[in-house]
Amino acid sequence: MRRLAMLAAALLVLAGPARAQLTIEIIGGGANQIPVAVLPFAAENVLPQSITEIVEQDLSRSGRFRTLFVGGISPVSDMKDVNFADWKSRLADALVIGQASRLPDGRFDVRFRLLDVQKQVQLGGFAYTLTAAQVRLTAHKIADFIYEKLTGERGVFSTRIAYVVKQGSRFELRVADADGQNAQAILISQEPIMSPVWSPDGTRMAYVSFQNKKPILFVQSLSASRQPAPVAAYRGSNSAPGWSPDAKTLAAVLTRDGTSQIYLMNPDGSNLRKLTSSTTGAIDTEPFFTPDGQSIYFTSDRGGSPQIYRMAASGGEPMRITFDGDYNVSPRVSPDGKTLAYISRVNGRFQLMAMDLENRQTQALTEGPRDESPTFAPNGRIILYASDVDGRGVLYAVSSDGRFKQRLGVLAADIREPAWGPFMGN
Amino acid sequence: MKKALFPALALALIYGCASTPTTETKPAEQASPATPPAAPPSSAVQPIQPGTVQGESLKEGTLAKRSVYYDLDKYDIKAEFRPLLQAHGKYLAEHRNAKMLVQGNCDERGSREYNIALGQRRSEGVKRMLVLMGASDSQVEPVSLGEEKPRCTEHAEGCWSQNRRSDMLYGGEY
Repeated sequence: MRRLAMLAAALLVLAGPARAQLTIEIIGGGANQIPVAVLPFAAENVLPQSITEIVEQDLSRSGRFRTLFVGGISPVSDMKDVNFADWKSRLADALVIGQASRLPDGRFDVRFRLLDVQKQVQLGGFAYTLTAAQVRLTAHKIADFIYEKLTGERGVFSTRIAYVVKQGSRFELRVADADGQNAQAILISQEPIMSPVWSPDGTRMAYVSFQNKKPILFVQSLSASRQPAPVAAYRGSNSAPGWSPDAKTLAAVLTRDGTSQIYLMNPDGSNLRKLTSSTTGAIDTEPFFTPDGQSIYFTSDRGGSPQIYRMAASGGEPMRITFDGDYNVSPRVSPDGKTLAYISRVNGRFQLMAMDLENRQTQALTEGPRDESPTFAPNGRIILYASDVDGRGVLYAVSSDGRFKQRLGVLAADIREPAWGPFMGN
Repeated sequence: MKKALFPALALALIYGCASTPTTETKPAEQASPATPPAAPPSSAVQPIQPGTVQGESLKEGTLAKRSVYYDLDKYDIKAEFRPLLQAHGKYLAEHRNAKMLVQGNCDERGSREYNIALGQRRSEGVKRMLVLMGASDSQVEPVSLGEEKPRCTEHAEGCWSQNRRSDMLYGGEY
């Protein structure tokens, strides 16, 4: 028992702020940006921080909008006070106005309207009651609302991302807001961490830890103060977790029988059963459930080289999906089930590919040379992946058509293994 | 669940817990000879340390070498490493209480998870040969570190070849 305590003490499970900021910079232009003006909200200074500043930053960082300069313009909270002709001449398509006020119980009321400048009508609006601690989240929700009204797609500004940071010999599994703020370490270790995967409801994370000098699988609640017992610590290596969309099943790769094979289990590790049984010595790994939960995509070299296959989640004969080249791995299906993102080695370069699952057309989204670990945003519009620049591990976000790009990094550290969290119910 | 997991967990804890900041050896996990011969005080012969037998120390000579290297995309044991595995296999055969962890590694190229599986192929191959050379199945656990613990990080063959490797660790060393 003393030894167990020593092992546990070697790890820290924190819900504390992480040290170094996650920075996000736009590096590839977006086309057809919608010009939008976000006016400071009336009485916004009652809030602990500027809500419109965060809304503006969200919108412009998405690459879909060009936010117009509004310096020196007085806040307006009523539509009747809006000078539409003026905004038309500034070439704004949309205008955001609003107001904030302090409530008697110490909370705040924030309400806004999104206006169509051409038609001079309100496209929508919303009112929020919030605490001081909820200012950032409220700003993200407002940005989501604007994004959805103007693009027709759901915004991901209120979502979170997970990633692994390596600094010297220290590894951290962190969760941050999609804008890089509020990073929290959920695991700190002197040994590597890999393959973080969010549970469908965003409350738990499966991950692989090398804390016992071999890969072991954990499922940990994001609010946990201690690391739980592992869900898979069998003979050999335990890795590559994947969640079923109904959260009832965890897929993973175990080597209990001497080769890397895909198993299914309950998220607590019980009810273990083997899913794949390829010819002796073949590798089956990287299981990924389709959004309808019916199929699993995975990587296998049963045909002689690593390729992507699909099989029914209930078992059966796998069908090969990739045929170009001799190295296709890391399959991820988009939330709408229509696109497969994966990594392909082409002329020695590892690059991100997208395949239309209906017509099987493929498109290279990046050039590599060392791109890996793709993860879809829950609106399917952006893919986050890992790469490196000048010897330092960084993340990139690329729009699903490959046109718009951001780089995400942590100063003086390597960042890797991203996982984009789901839409949350609130 | 607990029944299936416990033996594996216990094994993992034994391996995990054996790693302490100090470098004390743990005779219970390394095989020690049943009764090491005591050196008579007047003799010039050194007293024999735990973990050695007949002058063969895990810290000297052949047995101190613990790494097998591989060609690109390969996991078969090259002829030049067979004598090494023969020596370790023999040691394990003669010290039935000794345990070994074999960690397979890959160079950095490609998917991290696929590299875990490739590293496992390498360590399984080492285990198979050790068993052929006399080790028993339960003495050797093959695991993989994939590309996660490289010895070097340059994007060049000079570094990649160093990372295509299996390492053998005895109890008390991890």
